[in-house]
Amino acid sequence: MDIRYEESTTVWPEDSLARVPYWIYQDEANYKREMERLFEAATWNFVCLEADIPNKGDYRTNQVGELPVIVVRDSDGAINCFENRCAHRGALIAFDDGGNVQNNFKCIYHAWSYDLSGNLRGIAFEKGINGPDGVMRGGMPKDFQRDRFSPRKLRTATLCGLVFVTLSPDTAPIEDYIGAEVLGRIRRVLNRPIRVMGRFVQPLPNNWKLYVENVKDTYHASLLHTFLATFRISRLTQGGGVLVSPDGGSHSSYTIAIPEGANAGAYKEQQIRTDQDGKFALADPSVLDSVEEFGDHIQLQILSVFPGFILQQIHNCLAVRHVVPRGVGKMDLVWTYFGFEDDSPEMNRRRLKQQNLVGPAGFISMEDGCVGGFVQRGTAAAADHVSVIQMGGSTAESQETRATEASVRGFWKAYRRYMGY
Amino acid sequence: MDLARLVELNALYARVIDTEQFEEWPKLFHDPCLYKVTTADNVAKGLEGGLIYADTRGMLEDRISSLRKVNIYEGQRYRHIVGLPTVLGQSGDAAEVETPFLIVRIMREGQMDIFATGCYRDKVKPDPAGALRFSERIVVCDSRRFDTLVAIPF
Repeated sequence: MDIRYEESTTVWPEDSLARVPYWIYQDEANYKREMERLFEAATWNFVCLEADIPNKGDYRTNQVGELPVIVVRDSDGAINCFENRCAHRGALIAFDDGGNVQNNFKCIYHAWSYDLSGNLRGIAFEKGINGPDGVMRGGMPKDFQRDRFSPRKLRTATLCGLVFVTLSPDTAPIEDYIGAEVLGRIRRVLNRPIRVMGRFVQPLPNNWKLYVENVKDTYHASLLHTFLATFRISRLTQGGGVLVSPDGGSHSSYTIAIPEGANAGAYKEQQIRTDQDGKFALADPSVLDSVEEFGDHIQLQILSVFPGFILQQIHNCLAVRHVVPRGVGKMDLVWTYFGFEDDSPEMNRRRLKQQNLVGPAGFISMEDGCVGGFVQRGTAAAADHVSVIQMGGSTAESQETRATEASVRGFWKAYRRYMGY
Repeated sequence: MDLARLVELNALYARVIDTEQFEEWPKLFHDPCLYKVTTADNVAKGLEGGLIYADTRGMLEDRISSLRKVNIYEGQRYRHIVGLPTVLGQSGDAAEVETPFLIVRIMREGQMDIFATGCYRDKVKPDPAGALRFSERIVVCDSRRFDTLVAIPF
């Protein structure tokens, strides 16, 4: 037995938010602990949009970590969520993406049924069945207590049309969980009824945390993505900053549309690859044709809610992204592009064009699709080595610059607290 | 619509991508045009958004200059296997056509995967020189999953 390895899976190498051991992306036992201590514990997990389930009986299926769940609109308009696991033999109760049921879900295996709150209501042939001799045989024991055998229920919370769920009774109210600063940035974007425009899934060859870190990493954006730097969608030299929630887990970074002033030459001076200004031009720049939509000059905002929800505004290109773990070295990134119900035809067309920037084929986002895998592979033999996350210091507070890794450290602050590291 | 001309157009389309003559790809479209990569799910639900969305030949050219010059991705190429076209409708010299496809992605280190399958839903008509070109090509993928990233067009 490799004792050193056993130790390394539970001990943080240094008590610093600026050092992260690479076993954290590789260890199977740690991955299982994450399911229990993060996703199935006192965290709020995104499951769907309210717009996905507008009417009574509308439902969607999703996962909280690896826990399969059903989210359904009840007759009183409330939203319920329960484990997608039949109380009888454990089969999925609903095995599609979503749909509509009248009053109950029925497991296809043995026809046990559940109401819209997830209560076990019906058991096929519960009292047995009459044989040819007229004698009732079989069935469940008379003392079987149905109400003791329901799938686990999750609490739900809605926020600006987003539906979050939690398995724990102890999770703070969602507004407190996200914190006032980041909450304000959600309300800023999701300020009126939305309209879904498209959905895509991007399986990524990396641990789920590498993607969440990438989203929170304001330092990388204009250094990896030529489109951000060359077309001044987001440069570190532009105005902006990063907000980190008090617990560290949620964040919002933003870029303000103001001229760079004295710093305009900084990317050139450092010979940054992504600054192709004057060298790379678009034949049809209409992909970048944007309008000020939210009245505050913020042209880019990337926001996350711990552990796996992301809200994105890049110019007029809006999306939510959901991080779904698929084992220790794989994840799914589920993209939902949206606009607003009151979009004009011109705004709709503008959003369709700007969607070229994001998603699996996004001029910007495709590059985030591969960097996580580069880290996963680069660290294959470095389980006991550490990542250095020290831009902007070693703490995790809000900063008025994006040349910092404050919100990445915030992630680890929250992560270590939940995991007990 | 002459089936042989459609087959020839599709063969040329697949060949310019699979042999990495990407700069030839936009030339197979009229200008303006519509090129969109989406999924059967999105089409069924009436969702208009695309993985790639281009309504001018310039936007198609930008896809190519971007993948050539600025985007970061691991070396890869495609092998298209394109099925036989079905002509769904015709008016004058323009036709609506549907053609199934399969794309195998070959990664730098040799890994081969079925990357995408689906059908091309096309509107084709001749250009002034008489060559058949796409005024619309909607790439309807069977699956909603796109592994890692899509740099090269379908």
